[in-house]
Amino acid sequence: MGGGIPGAAKNEAVARSLGRRRHLTNLFVKALCITATVIGLLLLASILATLLWNGLAGLSLNVFVTDTKPPGSHGGLLNAIIGTLIQTALGTVIGTPIGLMVGTYLAEYSRGSQISNVVRFVSDVLLSAPSILIGLFIYQLLVEPMGGFSGIAGSLTLAVIVIPIVVRTTEDMLRLIPATLREAAIGLGAPKWKMITLVCYRAAMDGIVTGVLLAVARIAGETAPLLFTSLGNSSGLGNLATPMASLPVTIYQYAGSAFDDWVQLAWVAALLITVGVLAINVTARLALRGKK
Amino acid sequence: MTFRTTALAIALAGFSFAAHAQTQITGAGSTFAAPIYGKWAEAGATATGVKLNYQAIGSGAGINQINNRTVDFGASDMPVKAEDLTAHKLMQFPTVIGGVDIIVNLPGIKANELKLTGPVLADIYLGKITKWNDPEIAKINAGMKLPSLAIATVHRADGSGTTFVFTDYLSMQSAEWKSKVGSSTSVAWPNGAGGKGSDGVAATVQHIPGGIGYDESAYAEQNHLTTALMMNKAGKFVAPTMAAFVAAAGNADWSKVQNFAIDLNDQPGAASWPIESATFVLLPLDPKDEKQSTAVKKFFDWGFEHGDDIATSLLYIPLPQSVHAAIRTAWKAVPGTM
Amino acid sequence: MQQAIIIPASGRARRGFGDAVFATTARASGGLVLLLLGGIILSLFIGGIAAFREFGPGFVFSTEWDPVHQKFGALVSIYGTLITSAIALVLAVPVAFGVAFFLTELAPAWMRRPVGTAIELLAAVPSIIYGMWGFFVIVPIMSSTIQPAIINFFDGIPVLQDLFAGPPFGTGIFTAALILAVMVIPFVAATMRDVFDTVPAVYKESAYGVGCTTWEVMRSIVLPYTRVSVVGGIMLGLGRALGETMAVTFVIGNADRISETVFGSGNTIASIVALEFPESPQGSLKLASLLALGFILFVISFIVLAISRMLLKPKATGG
Repeated sequence: MGGGIPGAAKNEAVARSLGRRRHLTNLFVKALCITATVIGLLLLASILATLLWNGLAGLSLNVFVTDTKPPGSHGGLLNAIIGTLIQTALGTVIGTPIGLMVGTYLAEYSRGSQISNVVRFVSDVLLSAPSILIGLFIYQLLVEPMGGFSGIAGSLTLAVIVIPIVVRTTEDMLRLIPATLREAAIGLGAPKWKMITLVCYRAAMDGIVTGVLLAVARIAGETAPLLFTSLGNSSGLGNLATPMASLPVTIYQYAGSAFDDWVQLAWVAALLITVGVLAINVTARLALRGKK
Repeated sequence: MTFRTTALAIALAGFSFAAHAQTQITGAGSTFAAPIYGKWAEAGATATGVKLNYQAIGSGAGINQINNRTVDFGASDMPVKAEDLTAHKLMQFPTVIGGVDIIVNLPGIKANELKLTGPVLADIYLGKITKWNDPEIAKINAGMKLPSLAIATVHRADGSGTTFVFTDYLSMQSAEWKSKVGSSTSVAWPNGAGGKGSDGVAATVQHIPGGIGYDESAYAEQNHLTTALMMNKAGKFVAPTMAAFVAAAGNADWSKVQNFAIDLNDQPGAASWPIESATFVLLPLDPKDEKQSTAVKKFFDWGFEHGDDIATSLLYIPLPQSVHAAIRTAWKAVPGTM
Repeated sequence: MQQAIIIPASGRARRGFGDAVFATTARASGGLVLLLLGGIILSLFIGGIAAFREFGPGFVFSTEWDPVHQKFGALVSIYGTLITSAIALVLAVPVAFGVAFFLTELAPAWMRRPVGTAIELLAAVPSIIYGMWGFFVIVPIMSSTIQPAIINFFDGIPVLQDLFAGPPFGTGIFTAALILAVMVIPFVAATMRDVFDTVPAVYKESAYGVGCTTWEVMRSIVLPYTRVSVVGGIMLGLGRALGETMAVTFVIGNADRISETVFGSGNTIASIVALEFPESPQGSLKLASLLALGFILFVISFIVLAISRMLLKPKATGG
């Protein structure tokens, strides 16, 4: 301050204006960031509001007890709902054990080795691969030779999508288990496989279940792969050997259609799927956060 | 919990009811014909004992599916060429007739006010006429105030029989269109945006001032879209009404065509609507299961016998009785009873 | 984390039967995953080989897509895929950064979890829902308000007026990119958030200590420290955008041609496969072309993913 230093007052003025500028820049950036977050939240709100606004209008008991019907015949979504439940369940049941074993392999049998890096990388590629390409693959593998679309082809496509998700969570969860737990089991004379199944899995169960739930939420909304494998069924449920109905495919057909009641049902189906998927997600994430 | 169990119980009960002696047939293809087949299935279910699963995935996809024998019948607005029918061992027959409307979105212009001709329409879709107040359009719409908006053409994005009917008409009206683009369920459009499904086309046209598109007449009627008048072969401007569709269909000479592959575009007659087509069903001559083919024939036979009123109520034109008779004769070539 | 040391029990065979079975199953499933990926790549390539053979390497550079004259080329779809993803990233990255910055530095502690979860829920919404929301909500707004406004704004400026030109369909490349941006934001934001959190507190504290503002700490300390991982996160978002099908199919306007204006219609590889696959006859050139396109998409996604993993790796070792 002052004293006998030449230009001190000028320095001070410069320092002040610089400080003000930095302060303003900081405020400006903060404001932008808050705006960005608000935009993100508004987008979510817009999507949910649209779904609720359009979907609730068509929600009725009829939707849950009647199959899909031609336009103007007061159809519902029963077969589509059950079809989605069946294919999702089957996809999960088939994909989870495989994903579990791969995750176990990566965490317990080959840690650090080159081959495990390759398998992990491949699993990640499958995780982010466009699901439509997986549908094309199953189409060539199963639908063409079988000569027809089927619920089992749809379920298998979903299983392929489930596998890498379960691999990722299983490996992460198993790695978190402290070495002491493993050593205790081995020290008691347990063979390796018993250590893994009786001790490690049990310890990691919460996290693994969460991973499975996230996988379920992901596949419940998949549309493109099902278009090429289970096709959809407009008059009933179908079964695993024939085209099978599902909610996402029904939405795809109804949303672009020419009939008001069908478009209305598309919204209801969209609402059902989104509510289901978001509910699973929130539950799973809350559980996972607690775990970590 | 109780709601879910009740719903599940009802569902299971529903399944057990459906399990008695009914044949389930699958068909796929034309979105244009989806409403009528659906209604016929519902109305005739008890009489025929046939349950229909119809996937309205578009004419091109329907042809594909029946070629692969993944369904019991294919439905297409585009008749399949004779050599393809032989190659894939298929038999073809028509079921109903329907018209294709031209829809527009021009501020201040109401339904059935704007006049268009085939060549002008082709030039619009070729991109040679780009504004609504172009002299070519003004010439035929003397006295109408046309805005200087850019023309925004809309077409069907998915493979569609309606696209075939429309492009077939354009090919008839413009040699340039025929050589440059051609006609099919899916073509290389020179310009414009695609809409998914009939709904997509209508919505896109309605969103954009200056838009023009084509849609099935039943759909245009139901949704009160702004339709345009078209000049027919006789040089008269007609509106897309039921009377105009019937007039065009009435002129058709079914005896001259093979495999019922009649082209109803640009029919003569002062009152005829120029853009119209029959919709066809494809049956395999070597079905995997004869029972299925029999069921398909039974289903359509019921539709021909009892379904005319349903057809007209949905704005389709039923086939003449003589054609029904010819179809029944042709069915004899397909294994199975009937 | 060490692996447990296995001391075989004495008096018994070195590897029990149970162990052998379990270990084999585990290794076999690892192999299965490798087979799956190999199978996908191979089936796409074999399926598409007819197209490559017919059109040669020119297939990748041809803009034709003419089902009537049986001429197909990949450039239109590749262009659509790349440009929608690029624009989506340009729109999404700043917003994602803002969200990540907000959640790591600016938000009070009680707000972080609910807001963070809410943003992450955007990632959970299925693609077809985005398609419907896009088509019924965003497209009308675009065609009635936003597109005309932008078109008028750039009208008269030489180069830009062609880029942002005519008719306001509402659908188109830009709208598709917009929807993609919304889908990508949560992925990029979540990665950025995780990565910002790895910066050791001592660096930030010393910066605050000399009087830096929050933004200056972010700009000079956090971003340079996490730069590589941030790019990795962006690549991850890119990978997601490249493969999106349903959301894009509803709003891109589906035209098989490269349009000069960003409001024009186009196609991405995913959307053209979804639309034209059902009507492509088995063994036809069109089907082969679509499968070839699928193969190309897979290659592009693979490269992007590989790069992103390479960039994100150092984070695991603490950097």
